[in-house]
Amino acid sequence: MQATFNINTGSDTPIYKQITDQVRLAVTSGKLAVGDQLPSVRALAEDLVVNPNTVARAYADLMREGLLESRAGRGVFITTKRKIYSRAEGRRRLEPLLSTLIGEAMILDFKPDELREAFEEQLSKWKHSKGGE
Amino acid sequence: MNEKSVIQTHGLTKYFGRKPAVYELNLEVPRGCVFAFLGRNGSGKTTTIRMLMGLVQPTRGAGTILGHDIRSLTPEIRARIGYLTEEHQLYSWMNVKECGEFQAKFHAKWNDKIYRGVVGHFGLKPTATVKDLSRGERAGLCLALTLAPQPELLMLDDPGLGLDPVARRALVESMIFLTRKSDRTIFFSSHHLSDVERVADYIAVFDRSVLRASCPLEKFQESVQQMRLRFPGAPPALPKIPGLLQAIRTENELRVTCVRANGETEKILRGLAPLEMEAVPLGLEDAFISYLGERGEKTFILSELEGQP
Repeated sequence: MQATFNINTGSDTPIYKQITDQVRLAVTSGKLAVGDQLPSVRALAEDLVVNPNTVARAYADLMREGLLESRAGRGVFITTKRKIYSRAEGRRRLEPLLSTLIGEAMILDFKPDELREAFEEQLSKWKHSKGGE
Repeated sequence: MNEKSVIQTHGLTKYFGRKPAVYELNLEVPRGCVFAFLGRNGSGKTTTIRMLMGLVQPTRGAGTILGHDIRSLTPEIRARIGYLTEEHQLYSWMNVKECGEFQAKFHAKWNDKIYRGVVGHFGLKPTATVKDLSRGERAGLCLALTLAPQPELLMLDDPGLGLDPVARRALVESMIFLTRKSDRTIFFSSHHLSDVERVADYIAVFDRSVLRASCPLEKFQESVQQMRLRFPGAPPALPKIPGLLQAIRTENELRVTCVRANGETEKILRGLAPLEMEAVPLGLEDAFISYLGERGEKTFILSELEGQP
């Protein structure tokens, strides 16, 4: 499957980080699989209309993490699907997302049980789309 | 002379009468980068560019461009620099094709493919007459005339001025295309921070004639941070905080924006015993505005508007 990336200017997340986040998400959600090739630095830079050095920095960060590898003369590929963050770091990143979710649900007048049910339902769909993992 | 820098200045200063337009500027622009020159209107950006191009004599200080003294630039050196001014000067009776043919005569390295490419990218017809062009089309034409001679250094003075979003995107795309040649340097001034965020490697921030920051773009964004502190009641008086840019107080919140916050800053703020304290990342625009906006403490409490202390 081909992953598409897009970036927003004016965000409080720097562009290189938007790119690394999207590659990670594409890998964890199964849009990109091990062995898939990413566009070249130049191609992605011209596609997103950003400085190539920004894309290069994002790729370099992902290579350091071991998620990407550069094969000489052939391009950049996804190498592993291993855990990217430590449990503690993952937890730290998850927390604000959960509080946004709960906050929004409250505004929409959901009771805790209803929210739990909706959450479970969504979660089971997600599992299904990833082949019952 | 440092081969790695295309522009270097030391104490570069220009007075107009008794007023400094540029004061003690020390600037270094690495070769091969995209360098954005930022600052409010009238902060000295254009004067700096004109000094670097040898069009304005500095009052004092020194500078080099492509390794040559800016006080004695030869036509050969100038030919290696593509200079785009704020006011586009063109012959109104020529058409787009004729503009290119005319300009080509002055440049040995003129590349007509680049000229036609840029002109086409801005949607210009070769037969269109200059006097009938819109602001954005004129800008595209000027950009094409500046790029086609394949200069190794581009000095673009506010190239996005007055352009609509479509023309500005074409400009940014052209700039990114130009980075294909890795030793080419682009130095440009701009007010469009979203464009800057897309293309710039480095930024320099100019404030009332003085250079206030010069660093990689991300470093600037990461150095300006905001902390939000919540209190049970009115926030306490703010102690002295190093690098404080702005403090905004509301009825039970204190928002402190500072530059280069560190463990020490956090310790001082924790000392105020807030109920909650969180670091809020800032976008480039907010970081820039906090950096150049009015400094000090501000209070946004309605009761003040009603004349109570």
